[in-house]
Amino acid sequence: MIRVSATLGARSVPPGPAAPARRLKIPVATPVTYLVGLLLVGIIAVPLLFVIVDGFRSNAQISGSATALPHPWVWQNYSAILTSSNFWEPLANSALIAAIATALVVGLGSMAAFALSRYSFRGREGFYFLFAVGLLFPLNAASLPLYLLLDKIGLLNNPFGVALPEAGFGLPITIVILRPFMRAIPGELEDAAVVDGATRIRFFWRILLPLSRPALATVAVLAFVQSWNTYLLPLLVFTSPQRFTLPLAVANFNTQYSQNTASILAFTALSMMPALGCFIFAQRHLVGGFTGAVKG
Amino acid sequence: MTHAETAAATATNDEPAVAAVQSPRSARRPRGLRRTAELVLFLSPALLLFVGFVLLPIVLAAFDGLYNWTGFGPLGRFTGLHNYALVLTDPVFREAFTHNVIIAVASIALQLPIGFGIALLLNRRIRGRSVVRMLAFAPFVLPYATTAVMWSLLLQPGGFVDQIMKQIGLGRLVQLWLANLHLVLYTMIVVLTWQFFGFAMLLMLAGLQGIPAELREAAALDGASGWQTTWHITLPLLGPTIRIWMFLSIVGSLQVFDQVFIITGGGPANASATMATYLYQRGFASYEFGYGSAIAVIMFIICFAFALIYQRFVLRRDTRGALTRAVG
Repeated sequence: MIRVSATLGARSVPPGPAAPARRLKIPVATPVTYLVGLLLVGIIAVPLLFVIVDGFRSNAQISGSATALPHPWVWQNYSAILTSSNFWEPLANSALIAAIATALVVGLGSMAAFALSRYSFRGREGFYFLFAVGLLFPLNAASLPLYLLLDKIGLLNNPFGVALPEAGFGLPITIVILRPFMRAIPGELEDAAVVDGATRIRFFWRILLPLSRPALATVAVLAFVQSWNTYLLPLLVFTSPQRFTLPLAVANFNTQYSQNTASILAFTALSMMPALGCFIFAQRHLVGGFTGAVKG
Repeated sequence: MTHAETAAATATNDEPAVAAVQSPRSARRPRGLRRTAELVLFLSPALLLFVGFVLLPIVLAAFDGLYNWTGFGPLGRFTGLHNYALVLTDPVFREAFTHNVIIAVASIALQLPIGFGIALLLNRRIRGRSVVRMLAFAPFVLPYATTAVMWSLLLQPGGFVDQIMKQIGLGRLVQLWLANLHLVLYTMIVVLTWQFFGFAMLLMLAGLQGIPAELREAAALDGASGWQTTWHITLPLLGPTIRIWMFLSIVGSLQVFDQVFIITGGGPANASATMATYLYQRGFASYEFGYGSAIAVIMFIICFAFALIYQRFVLRRDTRGALTRAVG
């Protein structure tokens, strides 16, 4: 698993300007290409558009025909949800839990990665291996045992009851990403800092962390997204609806108002917006960085 | 969905190549006690969190599985490995495990060719490429719970899917997508494919762009056809990417929960149950904590064993040298 991540890391290094992407002129019929592309866009976009557009219908319109454009457009579904706490409360809960989990992962993870990358001590590789093995621990399989543990220590129905395990499960990938990054920072910098009278802690805080900012951003995004999307653990931990996270609230809304399809559609559409918005905003970096230096 | 999957998705070019690792041993070492104190300060918080919330629960579960425990309060009767034996011979658990395997096989059989094909397609100069690329990846970043609710509405009898099919003249093929015992698992596979193929595509697109165009050009000069080049040059060079993607895909398939639980709850009559939904059903919904813990431990062992075997026999070839050669 250590190797898996290492290869992933190595793979994502872009070819750089030294290797301009020269492409063969491939004489395959382009209409086919466009047709397949169009089909693909349709398969992905149509279900999403269905949710968003049909949120503008009344229930009577939906049972009549769900495929044409709404006539007339009904704004009431969306406005009712946006003015109730049904949507904003879970949104705030999700944000709070994701923020706590992310802060813990980045804070504790960078400290551990520092110890595991820039100190040499007996058992270091053993500790690293221990964390790396955690990559193989499925959160879903652990959820029932976690629930029992949280019950014992009184963290059920508590945001920390979700944030702490999420942070724990986020640590392996964080350390696996951060350690090589921190190791790659030249030892001369550290020597210079020590010569200037800085302690190791000061070096960590004032030099290493700022230098690691790109890697820290990566692990922070990972931890946040992971927490934002988690469903099973909060499902077990939270029993009172005021504590629900957004995924829980969506699923709950679906069962609770099962007669009111239009409202469910609107609620589902709205709950997709934060993730979709962030993705569209960040996709230049995400996809662009991911697919290397070739322009889209 | 594992962390590693998302990691691969968001890994940016900021991450340094492992080859650049330098030995930190050259750094000056502070003296004994202070150094130990620093180490404890830096390492122990993460270690505590990790041991407490990742390792400990599994160990406790292995222990709880030894008891016939059906609720809160003290553990029930000690029953030894009885629960584990029950789980392994439980026809529903076996069926659920089979479903996980079917999902894993189908995911690879569908997403690999689709992902590869579309990656090939998008690795060309076509208009609107970035839009297609972004859209293909979008389902992967949406919370599974929301897309699950979306699909459960789409697939309702008389719902959007049925209406579309009637309009394009396929009305006779309309089925009870979620209520038909023989169909529901395949419906779930379609839903999972919709959500995850973008991830396969993106990984392979990244892999493709690392393959130097000169290789294809050289093959073309030697008279190879487009198909031959793709089959003999491109595909082998994508090997490492494909093997890692397969690993992530299988581990994800073994843990599927959100979509199945929200859309069908594992039903009808367990026809779409997975190990995770069955774990929920037995361990949580009916408060059989001992039995549920045994399921959790067995599920964990299955994932772990698969990972070790795969690592040992499949990923072993993908040493860094091979990969960097492939990337060029």
